[in-house]
Formats: sequence, C-alpha cells, structure tokens
Amino acid sequence: MSDVYIVGAGIHPFGRTEGRTGREQGVYAVREAMADAAIEWEDVEYAYGGSAAAGSADIMVNELGLTGLPFTNVANGCATGGSALASAQNAIGAGVCDIALAVGFDKHPRGSFNAKPSDYGLPEWYGQTGMMLTTQFFALKIQRYMQLYGISRESLGRVAEKAFRNGEKTEHAWRRSQIDLETIMNAPMINDPLTKFMFCSPAEGGVALILASEKKMKELGADGVKIANISVRTRPPNSFEVFQPGISVEEGGKPTTLASQAAYEGAGIGPEDIDVAQLQDTESGAEIMHMAENGFCADGDQEQWLAEGRTEIDGKLPVNTDGGCLACGEPIGASGLRQVYENAVQLRGRGGARQVPNEPKTAYSHVYGAPGLSAVAILER
Amino acid sequence: MSDTLTPIAEDLWTDEAEPRLIGGRLPDGIIVFPMPVGDAAKDVEPYPLSRTGKLWSWTSQGFLPKEPYEGPKKEPHEFKGFLLGYVELPGEVIVETRIADAKLEDLSLGMDMEFAIIPFDDTRSTFAFRPENAA
Repeated sequence: MSDVYIVGAGIHPFGRTEGRTGREQGVYAVREAMADAAIEWEDVEYAYGGSAAAGSADIMVNELGLTGLPFTNVANGCATGGSALASAQNAIGAGVCDIALAVGFDKHPRGSFNAKPSDYGLPEWYGQTGMMLTTQFFALKIQRYMQLYGISRESLGRVAEKAFRNGEKTEHAWRRSQIDLETIMNAPMINDPLTKFMFCSPAEGGVALILASEKKMKELGADGVKIANISVRTRPPNSFEVFQPGISVEEGGKPTTLASQAAYEGAGIGPEDIDVAQLQDTESGAEIMHMAENGFCADGDQEQWLAEGRTEIDGKLPVNTDGGCLACGEPIGASGLRQVYENAVQLRGRGGARQVPNEPKTAYSHVYGAPGLSAVAILER
Repeated sequence: MSDTLTPIAEDLWTDEAEPRLIGGRLPDGIIVFPMPVGDAAKDVEPYPLSRTGKLWSWTSQGFLPKEPYEGPKKEPHEFKGFLLGYVELPGEVIVETRIADAKLEDLSLGMDMEFAIIPFDDTRSTFAFRPENAA
C-alpha cells in the first residue's frame, strides 16, 4: 500500500457548546481541516465518519455540499475515529482516490454513561443491581493493578494534575485551569481509588482530518504528516474488559497489546522510537496501565516515571500533551481523532505553549473502549 | 433473613439451604458466569459455583447509578454507597459481585470471601460475597 499523509486537521473545541449539535461541531471541524489543507469540499473524493450519540455523519453533505461523494457512516464505539481514519487511509492507499476525509463528533448528556444490558447481550439483573458502570470497570482494573505492581494513590493524582496543567495550554481543551494535587486527592470519591478529578466526563466535540496521497500532497504543497500505521483490534480470549459479570481464571491477552504490537510491526519501529504519545485516559489509572500495555515501560515503573515527570511535555516521553480525555472530556466519536489531531499539531511544530521540544519526529495514539477494542495510530514526520 | 424476599432474577442462584451461584460448564470443561441463555446455552450444563473464593479486586460505588439501576428509590443526595468487586472461585471463574458486611479499609487482595444472599430493596434479594470472618 502506498504512503498516505494527513494534510489537513481541524477541531471544534471540546466541552459543552449550547445551541450547536454534535454534527454541526463535526461540520465546523471539517471546514477547519479543509482550510488547513487549502482544499474545497469538491476536492474530497471519499468520506468516512460517525458518532456514538449524535447521529449519522453522512447527513453533513446537507451543509458541506451535494457533490455526490460516497460517505460511509462508521459506528464502532470508542474506535469510531480510528476506524474512519483506517478506512480513509485504505481508500487512498489502495489507489481508489487521492483525497479522503475522516471525521468524528459527539454530544453526550451530562453524567456517567448508562448502558442497557440487552445491548451487550447481558442479563437484566447485571444493570438492575448497579454493577454495569464503565467507571467501576476502570476502578476495579486499577485497584488490582495498584496492589500487584505497587502504584500509589498519589500517582493517580499526578496524572490528573498533569492533564489539567496541559489543558490550560490547549485551545481546544474543556478544563483549562490547573488543579493542585491535594484538591484532586481530596475530591469526592467516585469509585475507590478514583476521585472526581481523576475521571473524564462525557462531553462534546468534533475532529476532522484530510488525508491525501503523496502525489496530491506535493501538488497541494501541503504540510503533511505521514501515517506510518493504523491498527484496530478486538479482544483476544480470556481478557478482562468493560461489562463482564464473569472473567476467566486463565489470564488472557489485551486488545491494546494486540493493536500496539501490530502498529509497531507495521511502522517498523518500537516504543523506544516514539517522541510523543496520546494514551486513552478515561481515568488516571487508565493512562498508567496503558503506558505499560503500549510497551513504553514495565508494569510498576510508572510510579518512578510519574515521580520524575518523565511524561510531562518536556520529559522523556510526553503523554497526553493536550490534557487528554481528563482535560478535554470524552465525546466518544471524536476522542480518537482528537489524539491524532494533537499528534499532527505536535509533529508540525504548531503546539505553541504545549509544543514538545526538539522537533518530535514520531507520534503515537491509542484508544480503548467497550466491548474490548483498541485502535493505535503511529504518525511520522 | 432473606426468606421473604424474591430473588432479583430466576435461576441466578440455587434454591437450597446454602445457595450457590449458577454458572455454566462448556463442553470443553471451561466454567463461565452467568449461565448463558438462548442459542448460546446449547451444550452448556448449569454448574453450581463454589461458595468460597478469594478477593480479586474491589471498589466502591459513590454515586447513584442511572437506569437500569433499580436500587432503593432515593434522591441522589440520599444515595448510600455500596461495595462491589470480583471474587475468584478457584479453578472455576472470577465473578463480579456486591461485597457485604465489610468496610473499604477491611479489603485486601486475595482475602477469603464467602457467598451470601442479601436484601436488595424492600421486596427483592441479590447475591453478594463477604469476608469469611464477617459471618
């Protein structure tokens, strides 16, 4: 497959935008991305996109123009953005077209997500008794991990503190003021060991990326970033995922590990070669565990990494430079593409106050979600 | 204690003096929980699970869950939190469960737990595990 480049990136600020639908935020992002790539809607040959809770993407043609292009709706939960991006990359890589769009957007009600047991093939009692909450899964996973690998509660706080510190420097972030460690640690407990400030909140936002072939990128004279690899994987046997009344006593693999290994192999590089990373941080513990699951450190080393500030913007491996889900909120259909957007910003040197120093050349993004899937994208300059 | 209460679901645990959760035994011998239903139940034998196990992980529920939660009707500020976790039933399966008769600070990885039926609301019972020494 031939090389594919991101030549335009657009974002609608995350958070809460009264009076603008999720899809309208998506359209806003598409227009920003087209302006960035210096193309018109008529130039886009294929489009892929979706949301989890804000309707179909293809209706965007009403606002963007009835050019007759094929527009595929993607509905893949937390991997909606990753799947849209992979589809757009495949279309160009296969030589079907030279310019394609990947777009993701969402708008969720306030408060935790509520899931219906029957949608996940689960018995009603599981929801009725109050055990079918995504927040519990993350708490249960990090609680066990902390016991096994000696991760402290303070490390959970440090992750959140960093997120808000980075969010303060990020135009598209929702939470744009710092919160000190003590306030984070002493906030109301949501699911032990995770306090209110250690969880991301459902939110709104939209992200669009314009992809192009190498030939088209040169024609446009665009400031392109190469997609080295995108890998999407679902769960292997015996894994531990969201919404599981029963887990196998045999320890299984993880979808993140599978997607990560496939992406490194596809890109021909390893974790030691990555200059900046955006990792799924549904809550503080997720960022910590995902550092190891994506191969950046051994289980338990995160304690030292965080104490030494190695994941800060000026550290050895900056993680979640725009504040991640903790500072940006979680619009499910848009979050995965936000990570890729942020990586494109960093590789193009456009990060401003949050720019990773020394001209980063490689960037890594990772999402994880129900019912056990993961998408990893590696970009290269 | 729970004799007058109706189980929250049928066939979730056995009807005997010392009730047990009902899992399923797959043709290859693997034990799953809960017992599958519909087409997925083909060739799966109901399998009563062990009443004792080890604590695998735990957490607290600090806010009133949205629907489909059916706990005692309360305003969000009146909600009384509860504990839940996973208990490993050795050689069988790890089950997600309410944790009863314990405080957060009592819990530790691998501690011995035993099965219990507890009141869920005024009319229904649900299952839980509790520390063995709490009985």
